[in-house]
Amino acid sequence: MINPTLPHYDVVVIGAGSIGAPAAFYLAQAGYRVLVLDSAASVGQTSNKRAIGGIRATHSDPAKIRLSLRSIEIFSTWKERYGDDIEWSEGGYVFVARGEREEKTLKNLLVTQKSFGLNIDWLDQKQLLQVVPDLNPAEVVGGTFSPEDGNASPLLAVHAFYTHAIEYGAEFKFNEQVQEIIVRSGKVVGVRTNRGEYGADVVVNAAGAFAGEMARLAGLDVPVRPDSHEAAITEAVAPFLRPMIVDIQPGPGSANYYFYQHLTGQIIFCITPSPNIWGYDTEETSSFLPMVARRMVDLMPRLENIRVRRTWRGLYPMTPDGAPIIGYAKEIKGYLYAVGMCGQGFMLGPGVGELIARIVSGQLYDTDPEILEILSPYRQFAGQELLK
Amino acid sequence: MSDYRIRQHPILPIPEREAIEFYWRDRKISALAGETISAALFANGERIFGHHHKDGSPLGIFCANGQCSQCMVLADGMPVKACMELVKAGQHVVPADGLPVLPNVTGTVKFKPILERKVQVLIIGGGPAGLSAAIELGRRGVQVLLVDDKHRLGGKLVLQTHRFFGSAKAVYAGTRGIDIATRLESDLRVHPSIEVWLNSTCLAVFSDKKVGILKEGRNYAVIEPEVLLVASGAREKFLAFNGNALPGVYGAGAFQTLVNRDLVRPAEKLFIVGGGNVGLIAGYHALQADIQVVGLVEALPECGGYKVHKDKLARMGVPIYTSHTILSANGDRKVESVTIAQVGSDFKPIPGTERSFECDSVLIAVGLDPVNEFYLKAKQYGLNCFVGGDAEEIAEASAAIFSGKIRGMEIARALGAETAEIPVEWYWTSEILKSKPGDTIPEELPDIETGAFPVFHCTQKIPCDPCTGLCSHGLIYIDRKDIRQVPTFLGDSYCCEACEKCVAGCPGLAITLINYRENPELPVVSIPYEFTRQTIKANDRVSVLDTEGNELGQVDVLSVHAIENNDRTLVVEVNAPHEIAQQIAGINVQDENVTHPLDHYVTHIEDDTIVCRCEHVTAGEVRTLIRAGYRDMNEIKTVSRAGMGACGGKTCVSLILRLFREEGITHEEITEYSKRPVFVEVPLGILAGANGQENHAND
Repeated sequence: MINPTLPHYDVVVIGAGSIGAPAAFYLAQAGYRVLVLDSAASVGQTSNKRAIGGIRATHSDPAKIRLSLRSIEIFSTWKERYGDDIEWSEGGYVFVARGEREEKTLKNLLVTQKSFGLNIDWLDQKQLLQVVPDLNPAEVVGGTFSPEDGNASPLLAVHAFYTHAIEYGAEFKFNEQVQEIIVRSGKVVGVRTNRGEYGADVVVNAAGAFAGEMARLAGLDVPVRPDSHEAAITEAVAPFLRPMIVDIQPGPGSANYYFYQHLTGQIIFCITPSPNIWGYDTEETSSFLPMVARRMVDLMPRLENIRVRRTWRGLYPMTPDGAPIIGYAKEIKGYLYAVGMCGQGFMLGPGVGELIARIVSGQLYDTDPEILEILSPYRQFAGQELLK
Repeated sequence: MSDYRIRQHPILPIPEREAIEFYWRDRKISALAGETISAALFANGERIFGHHHKDGSPLGIFCANGQCSQCMVLADGMPVKACMELVKAGQHVVPADGLPVLPNVTGTVKFKPILERKVQVLIIGGGPAGLSAAIELGRRGVQVLLVDDKHRLGGKLVLQTHRFFGSAKAVYAGTRGIDIATRLESDLRVHPSIEVWLNSTCLAVFSDKKVGILKEGRNYAVIEPEVLLVASGAREKFLAFNGNALPGVYGAGAFQTLVNRDLVRPAEKLFIVGGGNVGLIAGYHALQADIQVVGLVEALPECGGYKVHKDKLARMGVPIYTSHTILSANGDRKVESVTIAQVGSDFKPIPGTERSFECDSVLIAVGLDPVNEFYLKAKQYGLNCFVGGDAEEIAEASAAIFSGKIRGMEIARALGAETAEIPVEWYWTSEILKSKPGDTIPEELPDIETGAFPVFHCTQKIPCDPCTGLCSHGLIYIDRKDIRQVPTFLGDSYCCEACEKCVAGCPGLAITLINYRENPELPVVSIPYEFTRQTIKANDRVSVLDTEGNELGQVDVLSVHAIENNDRTLVVEVNAPHEIAQQIAGINVQDENVTHPLDHYVTHIEDDTIVCRCEHVTAGEVRTLIRAGYRDMNEIKTVSRAGMGACGGKTCVSLILRLFREEGITHEEITEYSKRPVFVEVPLGILAGANGQENHAND
C-alpha cells in the first residue's frame, strides 16, 4: 500500500500542456484537489509552445466539432471572464481549393459540416479574393470560409489556465519526471516521480506526444505515436490577413500547410510532411523552409518580402484514425486517457479539459456519451478523418 | 547644418566617393556612393530612424552590425536594416514607425532552385580567426568556402586604427588592425582553393548537417561541409540602466563601425561605460575622430583592459572613474547627459556620490560573449566542427589570429591534407596571447641624465613584443620565451642613435625618448602622437602628462615629424625641463572643460531600464516575474515577450541572467531560452528561391 502519510490528491494530471493545464483548471474549479506533474521547467514547454495557435470547429466528426465549439466559446470569452489577454482573434479559416479536386473534397465535407450547424460556406474565386485579397488568383478556384473560427496564443492561453488553476488550488510541479504509476488491486493509487510519490484516486494521462510511454508505465497500450512537423514565425507587419489559410493540395514532400497572421502582426506557419516523419525528433531540418516558403509565396505572392524570424519543430501525437482518445482505461480503475490530439490539442484543450472534469465527477452532459463513444480508447480506429 | 562626416583622420584614408542624393522623409539629402543608409543618415545628422510599435519610443542605431533590427527603415517601401543596406541614388527612405506595411507583390513569383553545395570546409566568419584558418587550409589545397556577413573581409580588424599588441613574429604585432586585415586578405586571395562569399550571413546549422547561408543578401544557399569552422566572433553585452534605449546609447562595436568604417561622427561628446580594452580603445578612436570624451566609468577598482590603453587615454585628457557606475542616460528622446555614481565593494551606488556630465552619446563596452550558437548546434547534430577566435574564447584579436592558424592546421590534419604534427609551442604561444593582463610594475625611471635613451612607460605584464624589433642595434630586450615581460634597454646612454623608431612603433604609445646631448638642462623629449598634423605644430605650447595622466606642465614643441618607413604615428619633439623630462609620457589633446561635471546631478525617476530592446520590456517587468517565482526564461518570454523579438534574444539573455543574480537566484535554478534558428531574419521569398528583382514591390 502506498504510504498513507504521503500527500494525496483526488487527481494527478501528467502533463502541464494544452490539455493538462485546462483539465487542471476545470478539475480545481470543480473542487478537486489536483496535482499536475511535468518534466519541463514550466507550463506549456513541450508541444504547446510549438503549436501555431489555430482554433476551429470546422472538423468532420461530431465529437471534435462539439469539443472545439466549446473551446471557441471559452477562448473568445476568456479575457472578459478572467482578464488575461490570450490574443484571441476571430479571423476565421479559409480552406483554399487550388483546383477541381480540392473543390470537390471541400464541398463534400461542407455537407457534413453544415449538418452540424457550423457557420461555413463555399466562396467562389471572386468572393474568396474579397475575404483574402492577397491570394494569387491564378492559384485558387475558390474555397470554404468559416468566419467564427479563429486563433490565439497557445503559450498565453495555457499560461492563463495555469495561473487560474493555481488560484483554484491546483498544484503544479515542474522538472519532475513520472517514473511509475502505482497500481494496487487493479486500481490507481498514486504516481512516483524522480522526486517523490503522490497518492491519487485518478491519474490523467495528458502527456501529449509522450502519452504512449506514460501508458506503458502502467502496463497499458494506447495507439498514440508522434510524428514531427516544422513551423516558423515571421517578423511583425501591419495587419493584412484575417483568416487562417489552409492549402490541402499535396506538394513535393508535403501534404497540407497553413498560415495566419497573429494579433501581434506575425505570420505563423506550419507544414505537414509527406510521408510522415515518425518519432520524437524536434531538431530543425534544412529542407523545411525552402519547401514551405515556395508553397506560401506561390499562393500569396505578397509573402515574398516578409522575413522569417524563427523556426522550430514540434510533435503531433497521432492516432490511427486521426481522432483523440478520451476515456477511462478498462484495465486499471482510475486511469484516464486524454491523449492523441493529433496536433489539435491546443484548439481542443478547453473543451477536453471541461470534459475531463465531467468524467471525473460523473456529471456528464447529454451529448457527452456520444463524444466518449467516438473517442473511446476501445474503438476500432478504422476510419480516417477527411481533413486532419 | 553641422558636418557630421570625418574629412580627415590621422590613420584612416578618406576615400574619394561619388556624391549621390536620396530622399529621407521626402526631403532630398546627400550621400556617398557605397555607404550604408545609416551612414548617410548620420552624415546628415539624423539619428532617429523610427519609433517602436509598442510605445512609440524613438529608435536608432544600436549594434550597427546587422544583428539587432533597431535601425529598421523603409527603403522604397521595403523594411531594411539601415546599417546593412547600401544607399541608392534616388531612393525614398522613411522611418519605420510602428509595424511596417508589407509591400504588395503582383503576379506569380518565379522561383529558381536553391543553391546546394558540398564543400570540404565551410568557415563562418572572415575575421582574424577565420582568415588565418583559411590561409593554412589554402596553403594545403583544401577546398574552403568562407562566408562573412560584411562587405569586406577582416571582421573587427577593419575597425582598429591602433597598432596591435601580441607577438610580432606570430601575429603581426606592431601592425595596425586595419592593415592586418589587408595583409590577411591578400595572403588568402592567392589560394585558388578558397572561395569567399561576402555580405553573406549564416542563418542556421541544421540537424541534417547542412548549413543555411543567406548569400549576398539575396539568395539562399544550403551548404553541406565535411568540416565546419565557426569563427563567428563575439557579441557585446548590454547593460541595464535607466534611459539605456535612448538613441545615442551605442555598443562599442557600433560606435567603432560608425566612426572607423562609415567615417561619420555619431557624437560630439561621448561618455564611455566600461574600462576593458574595447572601451579604452573606443575612447582613443573617438579622440582620433575629433570627438570629445567626457569620461569613462569602470565598476571595478581597476580597469580590466591593458594598462597602456588606459594610460594612453588618461594622458590624452580623459578622466577615468574606477569604482563608478552609470545610473542613467538622461534626455528627451536623445541623450543629453549621463549620471554616474561611485560604487562600494558590493558594486552598489553610494548615495551622495552622484554626478552628471553633459554628453550626447553613451558608449557601452561592458564585455563580450562568444557567438557560439552555430558551434553548439553543430556539436549537437554531430557535424565535424571546430571553433576558433572569440567564438571559442573571448580574447584579443592577436589571439584570434593565432587560434585560427591552429584550427586551420587541425582541420587540415583531420582531412588528411597535413601529416605534420602541430608544434607544441604553438599552443603555448596561443595561451600567452590569450592571457589576461598581469601584474603592474612600478615605473622605474633611469637615474642618468646624459646621452640619449628610450624610457618605457610600460608598467604591466601583457603579451607584447614589437618594440624588440624596432631598435636598429637590437638594444630593446624581452625574453622570447615569455613576451609578457616589460622591455629593458640593454644599451647605455651612448649607444642610442635617437632614431625614434621605438617611439613611433610601440603599440601602446608608451615609449618616449630623452636626448640630453644638446642641453642636459632642457633635454629633447620625443613623444608619439596619433592625431592629425593640423592639431599640433612647432612652437605650440602643449600640456604634457605623466604615464598615468597627471599633468606635468606646459612645454614648447620643437618639431612634429614622421619617421621614415613608419606608418602614420607622428613624433612630437618637445623641450622639457630635466626635472620632468623622463616622466613625460604624453600630450593632452582635450580641453579640460569638457570633462567637468554639471552643477547639479540629473535625477532620473522614470523606470525605463530596457532589458529587451526588440519588444521594449523593462527590467522592472522582468524583476516582478522573477520575484513571483519564475525561473524558466521561456516562461518569462511567454508572459513579457522579452526575447521574442527580431534579434532572437541576443541582447536580453545576459541582462535577464544578471537580474536573476541580483535577486539571489543561482544559475542551477534557471532554465535558459530554447535556442532556435534563424540567426537573422530572412525574407520568405529568398528562402523560396524567388528570382527577386522582376517581381519587386510597388509602393
